[in-house]
Amino acid sequence: MITDVLSGICLIAGAFFALTGGIGLIRLPDFFTRMHGAALTDTLGAWLILLGLMIAAGFTLVTVKLIMIGLLLALTSPTATHALARSAWEHGRKPWMLPEGEDVPTDG
Amino acid sequence: MILTGVMAAILVTMALALVRATLGPTLFDRILALNMFGTKTVLLIAVVCFTIDRTDFLDLALAYALMNFIGVVAVLRLFLHKGFGEPEPDEEGASS
Amino acid sequence: MSRAVKHSIALFVFLAVAWLLWSGFWDNPLLLSLGAVSCLGVLLLVRRMRLVDAEGVPLKILPKLVVYAPWLIWEVVKANVDVARRILSPRMPISPCLFEVKASQSDDLGRVIYANSITLTPGTISVHVEGDVILVHALTKEAADGVEEAEMDRRVTGLAG
Repeated sequence: MITDVLSGICLIAGAFFALTGGIGLIRLPDFFTRMHGAALTDTLGAWLILLGLMIAAGFTLVTVKLIMIGLLLALTSPTATHALARSAWEHGRKPWMLPEGEDVPTDG
Repeated sequence: MILTGVMAAILVTMALALVRATLGPTLFDRILALNMFGTKTVLLIAVVCFTIDRTDFLDLALAYALMNFIGVVAVLRLFLHKGFGEPEPDEEGASS
Repeated sequence: MSRAVKHSIALFVFLAVAWLLWSGFWDNPLLLSLGAVSCLGVLLLVRRMRLVDAEGVPLKILPKLVVYAPWLIWEVVKANVDVARRILSPRMPISPCLFEVKASQSDDLGRVIYANSITLTPGTISVHVEGDVILVHALTKEAADGVEEAEMDRRVTGLAG
């Protein structure tokens, strides 16, 4: 019962972060800032969904496989992101900056 | 029930990634969207394994995670060096 | 016992444990021996590629990861919440910036861990690494200040030397 609730919370939170990353991928203004949105889905979005599944699976070999998938994602995603950022930089793409003299927009 | 919702959320995220891949505007945006699409596929496979109760399918998720990484790096290499495993352009220029 | 032998044995044990956990076959002699053969094959290939050294099999770092990994995960969680809040807020309070930080690690492995930790944390991405200078793109000034405080740098230096 408690494990069901815990895994449900983790899964929903993971889905929320994954969706937020997707929205960021659409909303953010340029390539470099979009990478931060994608990082959201690659880290906490993926980890929380896998953690939710782990709690649902209990302590079995399935949990070990899920941990391996999580480890693999945690190792490969920053490497792929860095390779992408580096090649974009070497191809002369300049990041978008706030226009000169403009303050950071705040809410309220 | 929750698993279905999570699957729906992942599918929506994949759709958003496809939108970004279509809009571009640069090649790098498209590769970024492709990378994210791949990560979401891994998660989708993992969640589907649990909904249909076939947890041995998790091996597919791992294989896909590997393929996704190698695919992204391969596309970048192809784009940067115009080939796989050839000497760097600088070295070529120096030797000739 | 020479260092190469020590690293080879450690890698073989790691591969064997991974094989056992991944396959789930514990009591079939044929499959177990096939697994042992494949582990040996991988070990020979990796030795031929000259990857079995302190960098390929970082034995010294593994115990210290027990302290570093939870700290990194907590940093990633905090950064995730911050970035998610900024993406979802209607006016998107972001202020992207580029800056350089110095990595104080003495070897390549330490620098790779540091640069990857920066990239793994949402809000900061290591764009370019030249020697011991890392070019970082940050989504907000706050995230940039966080990297420039260099707590992560100190922790990775403690981890990898």
